[in-house]
Amino acid sequence: MIFTRRQLLKSGAAFAAALGFGRVRHAEADAPVTGQILGASAKIGHQLRGGTFPAPITTTEKDTVIIGGGIAGLGAGYRLLNAGVTDFTILELEQDTGGNAQSGKNNVSAYPWGAHYVPLLTDECRAVKKLFRDFGIITGEDDKGRAIYNEYYLCSDPHERLYMFGRWQEGLVPQAGATDEDRRQYDAFFKQVEGLRNVRGKDGRKLFAIPVDDSSQDADWLALDALTMREWMLREGYTSKYLQWHVDYGCRDDYGVTLDDTSAWAGIHYFAGRSGVAANTDDSNFVTWPDGNGFIAKKLAAPLAGNITTQALVFAVKREGEHVAVDYLDQKTGTAHRISARTVIMATPQFVSARLLPEIASDNFSYAPWAVANITVTRMPEGTGAELAWDNMVFDSKLLGYVVATHQGLETNPRKTVLTYYWPLSHLPPKQAREEALARSYEQWRDIFLGELLAVHPELKGFVKSLDVWIWGHAMVRPLKGFMWGDARRNMLKQTPPVFYAHSDMSGISIFEEAYTHGVRAAENTLVHLGRAFATEL
Amino acid sequence: MQTLLLISVIVIATCGLVYELIAGTAASYLLGDSVTQFSTVIGCYLFAMGAGSWLTKYVERNLIGVFIKVEILVGAIGGASAMLLFLLFDHVASFRVLLYFLVFIIGMLVGVEIPLLLRILKDRLEFRELVSRVLALDYLGALFASILFPLVLVPYLGLVKSSFLFGMMNVGVAVWVIYALKDEVPSLAASRASAIIVLVLLTFGFVYSERIMTIAESGAYPGSVIFSQSTPYQRIVITKTRHDLRLFLNSNLQFSSVDEYRYHEALVHPALSALDNPKSVLIFGGGDGLALREVLKYPSVEKVVMIDLDPAMTELFSQSDILTQLNNGSLLSKKLEIVHKDAFIWVREMQQSANPPQFDAVISDVPDPSNFSIGKLYSRTFFSALKSLVHDKSVIVVQSTSPLVARKAFWCVNNTLQDAGFKTAPYHLNVPAFGEWGYVIASLSDFTVPEKYPAGLKYITARSAADMFYFPPDMAHLDTKIQRLDDQALVRYFDQEWSEYQIY
Repeated sequence: MIFTRRQLLKSGAAFAAALGFGRVRHAEADAPVTGQILGASAKIGHQLRGGTFPAPITTTEKDTVIIGGGIAGLGAGYRLLNAGVTDFTILELEQDTGGNAQSGKNNVSAYPWGAHYVPLLTDECRAVKKLFRDFGIITGEDDKGRAIYNEYYLCSDPHERLYMFGRWQEGLVPQAGATDEDRRQYDAFFKQVEGLRNVRGKDGRKLFAIPVDDSSQDADWLALDALTMREWMLREGYTSKYLQWHVDYGCRDDYGVTLDDTSAWAGIHYFAGRSGVAANTDDSNFVTWPDGNGFIAKKLAAPLAGNITTQALVFAVKREGEHVAVDYLDQKTGTAHRISARTVIMATPQFVSARLLPEIASDNFSYAPWAVANITVTRMPEGTGAELAWDNMVFDSKLLGYVVATHQGLETNPRKTVLTYYWPLSHLPPKQAREEALARSYEQWRDIFLGELLAVHPELKGFVKSLDVWIWGHAMVRPLKGFMWGDARRNMLKQTPPVFYAHSDMSGISIFEEAYTHGVRAAENTLVHLGRAFATEL
Repeated sequence: MQTLLLISVIVIATCGLVYELIAGTAASYLLGDSVTQFSTVIGCYLFAMGAGSWLTKYVERNLIGVFIKVEILVGAIGGASAMLLFLLFDHVASFRVLLYFLVFIIGMLVGVEIPLLLRILKDRLEFRELVSRVLALDYLGALFASILFPLVLVPYLGLVKSSFLFGMMNVGVAVWVIYALKDEVPSLAASRASAIIVLVLLTFGFVYSERIMTIAESGAYPGSVIFSQSTPYQRIVITKTRHDLRLFLNSNLQFSSVDEYRYHEALVHPALSALDNPKSVLIFGGGDGLALREVLKYPSVEKVVMIDLDPAMTELFSQSDILTQLNNGSLLSKKLEIVHKDAFIWVREMQQSANPPQFDAVISDVPDPSNFSIGKLYSRTFFSALKSLVHDKSVIVVQSTSPLVARKAFWCVNNTLQDAGFKTAPYHLNVPAFGEWGYVIASLSDFTVPEKYPAGLKYITARSAADMFYFPPDMAHLDTKIQRLDDQALVRYFDQEWSEYQIY
């Protein structure tokens, strides 16, 4: 029998595996997988619900206080700094800034705890584009005006693979067992939604823009917000279960909401909003790093180090004449302090802002809880059908699959990595899902994540070194039916000087570009209020 | 007697399920797609058991004698099954036929066991008792097996040893029955002898399973395996026939000593002879020291840096006599500095260092772009990064797979180098062990094929070198996509073209 090189390679690998089988396993078996539950400080945050706080023992004056050190807060601070304002403080509840873009690191790799990529920027993302140039993520422009992205940050090939019926396939659109009708609907659907990318409304704006508030206000299109994504799909004749699975995956991935609850406007926006292009990669590509968007969060935080106070729980925001008094509890000392500021930027999610400023309370904001696990493995996941990709998804799973932290690495022979497993807890209404999540023990979480990982990757048995879980009680605002263009969101966009708001909640979708743009906008409003001259980045 | 037979029910039930699990696992290992393998193996096995049960109606006399023979057969075939599957994987035209044949035979023999035992015991126990005890013990044995297999057997023994062990247990049952019943059943001498022979063979297999597997591995290679080692990075195998020494990495042929001079002379000399007195040379890969052997034919060379990930390779090729004869002990040269790092990571480190080293020549002798990890070393990003380590006159040469078999892949390397800003000069020659093989020379300035070469080369002369740069129509230039980190067109071309090629 004559072999192709490929067959030889395969059989050789199987052979080596068979030979090594007993020995290697022996050494690594039995060590229990250890780790811990981490997460946004629910207990501390919940003190805001009617807890009592000590009286401030100091009062300092500042031009500006930014409450919240997520991307919006860091973005606001970065904008102020670049305009020459230095007399400001960012108060962050947690030990680290970054919000949803937080990340971790161990001796194998850095890894994300939340947001982990940014699609190619749309033309409307002017402020983010400037930031990307500052940080060397965009390195220039070609003669057609298309951005040139840093090649090391563009997601490496292969991007995605999907596990179906025991085999991996490239891409996340189900192929195994797809009928001709499924494929016809795939073509029609993607042609329709991606065809909307650069379509403009009567007002000359894109129908689906990022930032969302740059979108056309044509009533016909905003009316899509009155449907759920499933209702819209059925109306358009998209009955394919596979296609619906794929779109449901997209909604859960970006919004933490299922097809049945997502606003059709938001659901279409997931596909139609990404109109960014680049000189040196495909339109569908994106930038990513081992630590996910933590890469950007850390770069933003670096020049702000002197302006950031962490573990600071803001418990009161009061207008006092021209000034605003911001009271916070320093969790390190247990003492309270006051900052009297000329302006305040509330870079907090709406449910926190509303506790501090009851006049903006609204029942219409709801939040998706998420669980994220980082799993350190000392062997690379394998699988037949398609090679290990950046994003690896299991068909029909409630989990969202895992992302490989070392995917952007340059090693030709990586032998250990960190896998970041995502799970939007959309199987229950948020409140129940949150209660269920808080009640689970570490072992239960571990078994859920390892259960799926080892079912798909039996070769990793004995090679899982640690597994940590992060529970996000309120990970992201949910773009439910009617929310995107309803009154609740519009009301939150109103600014009330000297208090300004900056958060992706105001956009209804929790993505980097929205959060950062809101931060820049609030900072520029602050600059106006402070009487500083500046050239807008927006 | 009755207790003995009942205990043997547990043993044979455990063995039976273990064989089934071993076949399923081995098939998943070798063929992938565990769901399919397990369900088809289990289905075939259960069906075969049914067939075995049905066949027992033809056993009319000498039930115990037949039972003993069946036990010995199950022990022999089941015990050797894992080894057979692994050994024969590469040697049979249709592995699946062998797999299901083995599974069927074992299943059928196992299917004979319980009905026979029931009949043997039918006069010693009331029917009600008999069925309840035998079947209960049968299922209990299955439970043992299903727990033992993943928790003990696979982790501690591995598949091959486990299967030998359970074969021994099956034969053990036969031996036990023979001795316990030596007075009741006459003329068991033949059975006794065969049981003992099988038991010895299985024990031998159990003890020497790893050695057998290694010897058998040589069956997959031409000649005899004179060295094999699994490093954290790859499996290194060296084989020898009377006139030929071959190196395989992960079963891919790297060179044959008969014609490797063609490959390595062509890799090194067109590039180095184009330079006036090359002083510094960078080699990616090449841990066998053969490209280095050619490089050291230039007395002007003062320093060579070799980036090879695997220390085991360079150690092997600098210590073994037979191998240092081949590479002239090049790896022991005082001019050589070996860095055991990933090439791309090393290049990035150098690029970002205060004073990046400059090389007159760069030789890329890395494996073919057969996967997305290796593909990175052929990417525009990698070649662009290399620019900081060369000067205007430097020459880079990249081994670029076969322009005949993988024409698009070959030209993709050429086009990617051009896209990275280099001028290129592609060429090729025939290396019998590989077939038609190609290289691309890249430089920031124009390249002229040299006319003078070191003395004593076996292939490269002014005439043969000039010929190498001509591409006949079947290998002529093609426009291709560019190999980028974010879209590895080269890996896809390579995979498609080699899988379609049926000659090798």
